[in-house]
Amino acid sequence: MFYRGHTSTWLVAAIVSLSSSVLLRPIEAVAAEREIDFARDIRPLLSNTCFQCHGPDEGSREADLRLDTPDGAYADLGGYYAIRPHDPAASALVERITSTDTDQRMPPPDSGLMLSQAQIALLKAWVEQGGKYDQHWSFRSIERPPLPVRETAAMRNPIDAFVSNRLQDANLALADEADRSTLIRRVYLDLLGLPPSREDVNAFLADQRTGAYERLLDRVIANPHYGERWGRHWLDQARYADTNGYTVDSERSMWPYRDWVIQAINDDLPFDQFTIEQIAGDLLPSPTQEQLVATGFHRNTLINQEGGTDNEQFRNEAVVDRVNTTGAVWLGLTVGCAQCHTHKFDPLTQQEYYQLFAFFNSGQDVNSVSPTLTVASEEHQVQLAKLDAQIDEAKAALADYEKRRNEQSPVAERDDGQPVSWEIIDAISAESEAGATIDRLEDGSFVVGGTNGNSDIYSISFAAPLERITGVRLETLTHPSLPKGGPGRAGNGNFVLNEISLKAGEAIASWLHATADHSQKDYDVTHAIDGDATTGWAINVASGNANVKRTAQFVSSPVGTKGKVHATITLKFGPNPAQYNIGRFRLAVTDAPHVKLDLPDAEKAKLAANLKRLQDERTKYAKNLPSTMIIRELDRPRESNVLIRGDFLRKGDVVQANAPAFLPTMGSEPAAKTRLDLAKWLVSDENPLTARVTINRVWGRFFGQGLVETENDFGLQGTPPTHPKLLDWLASEWIAGGWSMKQLHRLIVTSATYRQSSHLREDAQRVDPLNKLLSRQTRLRVDAEVVRDLALAASGQFDDRIGGPSVYPPQPDGVYAFTQRNAGWPTSKGADRYRRGLYTFFMRSAPYPMLTTFDTPRFDTTCTLRVRSNTPLQSLTLANDETMLESARALGRRLMSEAMEDRSRIELAYQLCFARLPTERETDRLLTFAQAQRADFLAVPDDAKSFSQSTTESGEQLAELATWTVVARGLLNLDEFITRE
Amino acid sequence: MIMNGDKTQQENAILASTRRQFFERCGVGVGSMALASLFAQEQAGAKPVVTNPMAPRQPHYKPKAKSVIFMFMAGGPSQLDLFNDKPMLREHHGQLPPQSYLEGKRFAFLKGTETLLASPQKFGRYGECGQELSDLLPHHREIVDEVCWLHGMKTDVFNHGPAKIFVNTGSPQPGRPSMGSWVTYGLGSEASDLPGFVVLQSGPRGPRAGSSLWSSGFLPTTYQGVPFRSGPEPILNLTSPAGMTRERERRFVDMVSDLNRLRLDQVGDAEIATRIAAYEMAYEMQSSAPELMELSDEPQSTLDMYGATPGKPSYANNCLLARRLVERGVRFVQLYHTNWDHHGGPTENLEVHLPAICKEIDQASAALVRDLKQRGLLDDTIVIWGGEFGRTPMGEVRDNTGRDHHIDAYSMWAAGGGFKPGLIHGKTDELGLGSVEDGKHVHDLQATILHLLGFNHERLTYRFQGRDFRLTDVHGEILHDVIG
Repeated sequence: MFYRGHTSTWLVAAIVSLSSSVLLRPIEAVAAEREIDFARDIRPLLSNTCFQCHGPDEGSREADLRLDTPDGAYADLGGYYAIRPHDPAASALVERITSTDTDQRMPPPDSGLMLSQAQIALLKAWVEQGGKYDQHWSFRSIERPPLPVRETAAMRNPIDAFVSNRLQDANLALADEADRSTLIRRVYLDLLGLPPSREDVNAFLADQRTGAYERLLDRVIANPHYGERWGRHWLDQARYADTNGYTVDSERSMWPYRDWVIQAINDDLPFDQFTIEQIAGDLLPSPTQEQLVATGFHRNTLINQEGGTDNEQFRNEAVVDRVNTTGAVWLGLTVGCAQCHTHKFDPLTQQEYYQLFAFFNSGQDVNSVSPTLTVASEEHQVQLAKLDAQIDEAKAALADYEKRRNEQSPVAERDDGQPVSWEIIDAISAESEAGATIDRLEDGSFVVGGTNGNSDIYSISFAAPLERITGVRLETLTHPSLPKGGPGRAGNGNFVLNEISLKAGEAIASWLHATADHSQKDYDVTHAIDGDATTGWAINVASGNANVKRTAQFVSSPVGTKGKVHATITLKFGPNPAQYNIGRFRLAVTDAPHVKLDLPDAEKAKLAANLKRLQDERTKYAKNLPSTMIIRELDRPRESNVLIRGDFLRKGDVVQANAPAFLPTMGSEPAAKTRLDLAKWLVSDENPLTARVTINRVWGRFFGQGLVETENDFGLQGTPPTHPKLLDWLASEWIAGGWSMKQLHRLIVTSATYRQSSHLREDAQRVDPLNKLLSRQTRLRVDAEVVRDLALAASGQFDDRIGGPSVYPPQPDGVYAFTQRNAGWPTSKGADRYRRGLYTFFMRSAPYPMLTTFDTPRFDTTCTLRVRSNTPLQSLTLANDETMLESARALGRRLMSEAMEDRSRIELAYQLCFARLPTERETDRLLTFAQAQRADFLAVPDDAKSFSQSTTESGEQLAELATWTVVARGLLNLDEFITRE
Repeated sequence: MIMNGDKTQQENAILASTRRQFFERCGVGVGSMALASLFAQEQAGAKPVVTNPMAPRQPHYKPKAKSVIFMFMAGGPSQLDLFNDKPMLREHHGQLPPQSYLEGKRFAFLKGTETLLASPQKFGRYGECGQELSDLLPHHREIVDEVCWLHGMKTDVFNHGPAKIFVNTGSPQPGRPSMGSWVTYGLGSEASDLPGFVVLQSGPRGPRAGSSLWSSGFLPTTYQGVPFRSGPEPILNLTSPAGMTRERERRFVDMVSDLNRLRLDQVGDAEIATRIAAYEMAYEMQSSAPELMELSDEPQSTLDMYGATPGKPSYANNCLLARRLVERGVRFVQLYHTNWDHHGGPTENLEVHLPAICKEIDQASAALVRDLKQRGLLDDTIVIWGGEFGRTPMGEVRDNTGRDHHIDAYSMWAAGGGFKPGLIHGKTDELGLGSVEDGKHVHDLQATILHLLGFNHERLTYRFQGRDFRLTDVHGEILHDVIG
């Protein structure tokens, strides 16, 4: 590694380059004897020790040297070279890594990195052999390798040929096949996440014909719980949850997406189509409802609903997450590393990161729940279409009526297409009969002071500014001089306007109609034009603030005012109630045609009411239908830029959506590329990553670890595959077979490799302690949801319904004490308490405790691999959690009722929990326990009662029930119970 | 930094989870007492055959501190009403701040029309260091020279959830491990019968962003914070069901262990041994955790010092519990107290609610520092006090006075564990809008805390999705000036 700050010494060192140290000869000799494989031997060394400063990232590149490409490594650096093929002595790289001078030495001692003597020898030998660069293994196209020729008896399919071949090199062979009980439980747990029933087990044990195992698989893969089990794995990657995340973390409706995943997997939707619909279902021609629901994959990002948030910031976060998730799930690449700077190890530039970003940058969602899709069944859709048609009809009727009315109006009253404009009157005088002062303010309003008469008449005179007047607008306004700020002069700021009148020349306006933005109960604004001086308009409110601006409009028959006729508006108040005069007001007039002034119109009102009724009906109907969040593209895409250091406020160069250059090109069309292009590119035959990454993850689910250990990093820093040919064979087989997941699972599960015993092998342990060669199966603790499912199934409480809204099984009190939102947990009643774990409502800020305790991730970001911990909190959960106790009680009762004596009860319990019979020692231990516990409970019947929660049993029956409940609790707590053997 | 040469803690963790060497040693029928002792505290000469992921471990270099108590003032306390007297604010009260002070700053709610707001509080200078304190924190006067005062703190994000996640995990998006998880991942825990990372809560509601704040992120869940509720069952599912006495539970655990051991003998998977040990520890926890919560064990004088009342949940009780937790070897204790979000308004203003919450925390915060000191625990316990950000010098236009979120110049304090006592570090400008001297970032504080615990913050990493993640992201400078 060539380190920062060494620019000049690098050049000097190259000039004074000496021949390499003789001390290294022996190791070199060893290294030189074998053929160096760049991908296996050299690239990891360069990547780990050199690329950080001499890799793809220009920003952190030192000495203008890059060693990740042959062009960079062979470049003429001014008469000398980092690498001269076949000539280590002339290669400065060799000189620098062997230098004993700490100023010269690479990697620099202060970097904390170093090369061993063997590694140095390897690098030297590589240069000697020509310093050839190969493409990184996972970026090469997938080619179907031939099967290894060696055969062994244990082989069942080509997988075994590849695995056995490697085992033989280590003088090992596949382990014996697991016994049938183990096999059936393994297959059930892996493919369904449920235990086999006793009948399933007995049928399989009894099937002595050949092909029993294959017939078992036929049944299991066709079982609809398969979609739940593998759907759950996919939902991990989709970061599916039932709330929005961050601070407020309110509920969202996304379960239709969850159900889509389950259905798609049960239907064996080919993985390429599965991908396209989720990444770009909305961009397919005339997308179906299902294809739109599928886009929910990328709507599982968080929404921050806290006050004072910058929506653009969180929209940006969501887009970044979509890019990184796509990179992790399909490409197995850590593209997120290039968000702030060009990737330090993989050939992904920052510019290319934002090219990927551009694909996802034009969604309509802006840190928002919308857009959503109402998810309707066929029946729902028919009803909605019917309502929509009725609404269209009603709209047309209304529009038609208005058109006719306009046409029938006198020319002067027809809609002239202009908005209503109001002229604020420029008063000549403003007088109060009671002697109040009326002062004009700059905004044309009048503020009233002085005497507040019991009754008063304000007369405002002005030169009419228009050729006719058809309406008067009265604004009543607040002012600090008024009681409570007004707008009236009454103690509470109210007023009562008894009558308003307009006189222009000799003509007196006749009022047709009045409206106001608010009228007090029993004081409607129409009272101000009803000719009755004992009624009027007032503005008090039942609750809230009354002291605000109010506006009223009065429509009159047209009054001719040509030639700036002198006009007067009169406002009358009192005497009952007394002193309820207006405190501040402003007047305006208009000449707008009547059709625009909202005159009451019974026919129009009827048509409008009909439309509203239909619209309300539709809203109500749709509200009761489930909805789900979907991706919708903006009509005009947003411009995308490089974001400098990943900061959404610092925009750099504009970028166009495109694939990174080190991967196959995306179409030849110069046209702007869309998410649909991206989706098709991900699953094109040429894409070297998607199939390898996906198969590797599937493999990991069946064996505990993938063929590539770094299942999330297929880049240069990842580990190479343990069985590269097997991985490529599976990938090409899968693609050729049409990306069928069910076929892939079947292929793996029928292999002898999968069917091996998981018992540790002492012979293999020394050679292969981490079981990378697959000389046995691996015991795996089941996922959190399956822990729950197992307990429910063993106890017989399990409710097998698939899909629907998430449910609320019992959880301990006080979970929300530690969250902002003291959300309720409406504990489900009846069968919903016993639904599978994947249906448990998932609140991101306070996930269901049992799930978290058993390592369910929080789904803030994609999860491609769950960790498996083993903690005392898990013990407490299994022993004391309400769900587990309910199961223990139900199982205890089941043992009591289905078997009659101790031994047969123990046998039944083992069959239900472990799909096997107990050993003699296990039976003995449980018999001893049961006897002691029984005696104990007989002596203390109160405890037996409270533990078993029995309301019917007493005496020996009660002690018996409590005893078998404790036994049941014990079995649910065994390691084997929550382990796939 | 990629550490392929060394065996990292991560590799150790992986080895711990595989525990292959166990196969050669486990033999048949390890007695339950022997297994129970695997986790026993500092068992001289005991040869652990199972690697406990929580076993105490050595950090990178000799640490100054071994445990942390973080008093998290959720909502963002107003440094301008507690720790920084600004005469200029009084002088220019009601005026718009000069534009030059606002450049480049972002606020959550301010619209640009808000004017400067003088603090109504009376300030004085206390102790030898002369730190300014308002009259809202009279008990803090007693510890003023024990504390290292950190002014001019900066963070990156101005919304509560993201900012809280940021202080805890170094990133504003949820998903990364919190500081307590990193510390227990790095150091394990000396508590054999309590979790290594405990979270306590007081105030009207929990902190925004909830359990994201003590999540272990991509680290194994072994390292996640365990919330302790007040009351007799501090840990979820701690209590045995009705009818299961302690004796019956012992019989039960023995039965489970024996059956597990029979299976272990058959299949040889060390994971089973870990589970056997986990049941023993769970059994121990059932008595140790309630015992921990039993504050009536404490002498009245101690209760009075904190203002704690047994059986009545409060911040004061939590402070006392924090001391009891570190006494028992717990590595990281976090106390959340809500609500410091004083924007103005009927339920969160500076007139009523700031004085009220100060009264809730003042005495007990100070008492914890004094108590730790008098017991000799302060030397190796880091105490941190502060929120996710501070508040603006401008008032907000709401019904009462309040201040908006401010991320550029707020205050925290630290005590013990190697922080210099009586040091005032950092200075903000005359309006309190920006830092003029020794400004420091949340990542710097995180780096410093890890440093005092013996870690190079750049080397305490975990490989996830192809990248070595760390608490301080790609930032953080150790604040050498604030540590002795």
